[in-house]
Amino acid sequence: MISCKNISKKYKKVQALNDISFEVKPGEIFGLIGPDGAGKTSLFRILTTLILADEGFASVDGLDVVKDYKLIRERVGYMPGRFSLYQDLSVEENLNFFATVFNTTVEENYELVKDIYQQIEPFKTRKAGKLSGGMKQKLALSCALIHKPTVLFLDEPTTGVDPVSRKEFWGMLKNLQQQGITILVSTPYMDEASLCDRIALIQKGRFLTIDSPQKVADSFQKTLLSVSAENMSKLLTDLRAISEVESCFAFGDSHHITLKDPTSTHKQENWGPQKKNINDIDLTINNLKMMLEAKNHINVVIKKIKPGIEDCFMELSKNNL
Amino acid sequence: MKQFLSFVRKEFHHIFRDRTTMAILLILPVLMLLLFGYAINTEVKNSKIAVYDPSNDSYTRAIIEKMDASEYFSVVKMLKNEQEMSEQFKNGEVKMVIAFSENFHENLLHTGDAQIALIADATDPNSAKSVVNYATAIIAGYQMESQHLQQIPFQINTQIKLLYNPQMKGAYNFVPGVMGMILMLICAMMTSISIAREKEMGTMEVLLVSPVKPAMLIIAKTIPYFFLSLINLTTILLISVFVLGVPVVGSLFWLLVLSLVYIFVNLSLGLVISSVVNNQQTALLISGMVLMLPVIMLSGLMFPIENMPVFFQWISQLIPAKWYIIGVKKIMIKGLGFSAIIPQLTVLSGMAVLLVAISIKKFKYRLE
Repeated sequence: MISCKNISKKYKKVQALNDISFEVKPGEIFGLIGPDGAGKTSLFRILTTLILADEGFASVDGLDVVKDYKLIRERVGYMPGRFSLYQDLSVEENLNFFATVFNTTVEENYELVKDIYQQIEPFKTRKAGKLSGGMKQKLALSCALIHKPTVLFLDEPTTGVDPVSRKEFWGMLKNLQQQGITILVSTPYMDEASLCDRIALIQKGRFLTIDSPQKVADSFQKTLLSVSAENMSKLLTDLRAISEVESCFAFGDSHHITLKDPTSTHKQENWGPQKKNINDIDLTINNLKMMLEAKNHINVVIKKIKPGIEDCFMELSKNNL
Repeated sequence: MKQFLSFVRKEFHHIFRDRTTMAILLILPVLMLLLFGYAINTEVKNSKIAVYDPSNDSYTRAIIEKMDASEYFSVVKMLKNEQEMSEQFKNGEVKMVIAFSENFHENLLHTGDAQIALIADATDPNSAKSVVNYATAIIAGYQMESQHLQQIPFQINTQIKLLYNPQMKGAYNFVPGVMGMILMLICAMMTSISIAREKEMGTMEVLLVSPVKPAMLIIAKTIPYFFLSLINLTTILLISVFVLGVPVVGSLFWLLVLSLVYIFVNLSLGLVISSVVNNQQTALLISGMVLMLPVIMLSGLMFPIENMPVFFQWISQLIPAKWYIIGVKKIMIKGLGFSAIIPQLTVLSGMAVLLVAISIKKFKYRLE
């Protein structure tokens, strides 16, 4: 449905996209996961024919993004990163306007947007600029859907939206997927990655990996520990000072660390299965706890945890500096 | 067509819902006309003058009376000595002092050589010049009358006739100028700002990823401002006729035709500006500085084009407002017909076609 081959894009000094290639299958929810400035928006703009890539080839729904841009513009739905509807028009007026822009009517495709639009319908006379973040996104999604697009491009649709609305929003995407719409969505929130069929982790214009969220998480081969104590910021510096600790990142209420493999001589990633058994790990945890307590940390809690997408991202991005 | 109408409706919504801007757009012409009409006035009326009259004879008294009686002057003070003169000017109480020589009447009769000094405060050179001119005219008039009484065998009378504007009203000059300025301001500035706003708010991005044709988008943008400028045109004409007393001597029809063409020129100018800027502020600055200044300085509204250096005279040819103002003066003030404004109409139409073509061609159908 969407196909990119060796796409590169450079703005003056910044290499926004570097040799990006990927395919999105029909009916798939494909997630682009990466921090701000990773190149997500540039990729969206190339695929929605808004900017031209410096190198490479891309097609949407079988149409070339450069030659057939007019045809693509008729059949895709695009929701830009920031709220891009008319703030001084009401909810209803915005929807009607975008329906006529795409030569259709709200009635014609009401079925498609019904579930989403019904939630904001009580406020249909309210100006779009006065809606809450979540409602704005629902309206923008309704407007992007009103012409029954084959592919939906959603650039960070849940940024700045409260957790409850975010969850709702992803529920809507799942519904749309069932109606056969292919969805390319980007997000800086790693926890949303597991809701996609497949994800690409993107950083500094490069894809780190492309796979299903489960497989991306499974690819994390090392033992991951979460460490917490009273003084979290001192803990972070102390952990990083310990020579056995390979990496240490702050994650909300705990620090996630990986340890160097004592059996391997080089500290590069070790793809082979870890040879440590449970006892080894318990031993390591105890050692570590003692080391930290020796540095006056109190309430030290160390647990072995299952790696998430964010851990994978951190691990993979180390190699992309 | 439905798409187009929906676009136009949206544009009207934008205008009507931004109350402040709309109020400014509607009140601005009224304000400008009244400002030019009453506050910024180059006509000199009831200037305060002082008189130093050491001879104090029948002749000088007659001249002073004539001065005081005219609508241009009111004599506020009789000075006792020459020192008082400079004090008067320093205090800024009078615009001019009239000083007669001693034994004025006697000298006039016997030697034929009597002197009057007109001393004017020239901090404002224009009004000083007019004040002196008026005074000279009054004195000359009186001289002529008295000579007449004395039966001098022959004399040369100069008769001055001021065509089209016998009362020398400033309004005859600035009404066409304000028309040129207001229409340009609203059409060019507002169109460019409204397109720049779409870019700034990100809505342009959404519109681009849609089947909308650039030409349609552009034309739909201009329609509301077209109507707005028609309203303004009407206000300006009504105020100038009924408040400022500047009549429309020639055909109203051709005045409207000329104005419509001029409006088109400015709308397309706004479109061209919007194709090169990406935010409202730049749009405002460009249309404000790049359009307004030349119109004020080089269109002949403030300064006569003939007096400019050749280089600026050439530039003034490129300014639509210059052609429009000339055309309006021809029809409105001189009452000339269609044939007189053919050159202006042709130039303006040419500009309109050229600018519309540029704006459609320069419309960016991508973001960069």
